[in-house]
Amino acid sequence: MVHMCTIVPISMTVGANRIVPTVAIPFPLGNPELSGEEEKTLRRGLVERALRALATEVDGQTVFEN
Amino acid sequence: MSKKRVVHYINQFFAQIGGEEMAHVQPEYREGPVGPGLAFNASFGEHAEIVGTVICGDSYFNENMEEAKAELIEMIDAAKPDLFIAGPAFNAGRYGVACGAIAEAVQQQLNIPVLTGMYEENPGADMYKTNVYIISTRNSAVGMRDAVKKMSALALKMLRDDTIGSSIEEGYIPQGIRVNLFEKERGSKRAVDMLLKKLKGEPFTTEYPMPDFDRVDPRPAVKDISKAKIALVTSGGIVPLGNPDHIESSSATKYGKYDLLGVDDLTQATYATAHGGYDPSYANADADRVLALDTLREFEAAGKIGSLYRYFFSTVGNGTSVKSAKAFAEDFSKELIKENVQAVILTST
Repeated sequence: MVHMCTIVPISMTVGANRIVPTVAIPFPLGNPELSGEEEKTLRRGLVERALRALATEVDGQTVFEN
Repeated sequence: MSKKRVVHYINQFFAQIGGEEMAHVQPEYREGPVGPGLAFNASFGEHAEIVGTVICGDSYFNENMEEAKAELIEMIDAAKPDLFIAGPAFNAGRYGVACGAIAEAVQQQLNIPVLTGMYEENPGADMYKTNVYIISTRNSAVGMRDAVKKMSALALKMLRDDTIGSSIEEGYIPQGIRVNLFEKERGSKRAVDMLLKKLKGEPFTTEYPMPDFDRVDPRPAVKDISKAKIALVTSGGIVPLGNPDHIESSSATKYGKYDLLGVDDLTQATYATAHGGYDPSYANADADRVLALDTLREFEAAGKIGSLYRYFFSTVGNGTSVKSAKAFAEDFSKELIKENVQAVILTST
């Protein structure tokens, strides 16, 4: 399981082991300031990071910043 | 002074009528104490006595709540009690619901003090704790003596019209009722005193207990993500437009399971958020901003993942208790495991 969320300290407190920080509370995987295509690119990047997190061995709680 | 009159409610099991096979029995009244009522009677001593016991099967009560309550209220009223006591139900769900429901009804309709007792995880506890004093008991009849002691003590207080103390003092399940009081020392001093104790490694008592978040070991990495079956889960409240399952905007009592077959994109016309704890306009305009369905479909087509699981699971995380959230996940995880989902992407807002 990978937790994609904006408030990383909360994710840490509840014990998620793979964490991907996201953009903002109301749009974790988007950004209304960007154009549609730019938003999609942003989203792809974050989801790719999430997939990478799932495929990475971790031995404790790990935040995947990039 | 004459003894105060108490009527006691128990189920078919504690009345020794039978177990599950007798859970359908309809309400009946018996003179005097029955089963655990004898223990209550003993602790009441000179102050009160159980003049009558009402008994009802757990299934009958839960399946015919209005009729059962009406029949029981009539019997209880006829005995002219000064106080009504139900259970204790420990962790028996239907019994706990029955105890809470009948105690609440008696309180409302007969205007006498009532109380019951059950384990804090009994569904009846969450349902009735706000309106009815529910003594917190252990999760089985092993805790009978302890339950009777606490329930009797509270009962006698209520009969004497004494002020009922806080939940910690009296042993009842916290009702979520805030009572303003003046502390002797100001908050800043109490906070510093507590910090000093913490720094010195001395014991201290928190004024606000934090929920206990347990830890799990990290799962091994997914071996080949391009072959993996991935599922999407969210606490951001993404639901089909119209929120067909009526997931609450706060303190959700349920989660939804939604079919993504043929769905490549979440649009304003088809999906929205039910979550009341963040500005919904962005998610309502494009729910992919919370549940990245469009991207996962692209990745599925491109072979970056093996497949996206057909259903997604969603609830609203706003104010939803840890207990509830855990229960939802335990529930739908059974399906994820059964369907060989290898990983989950959980998004929160």
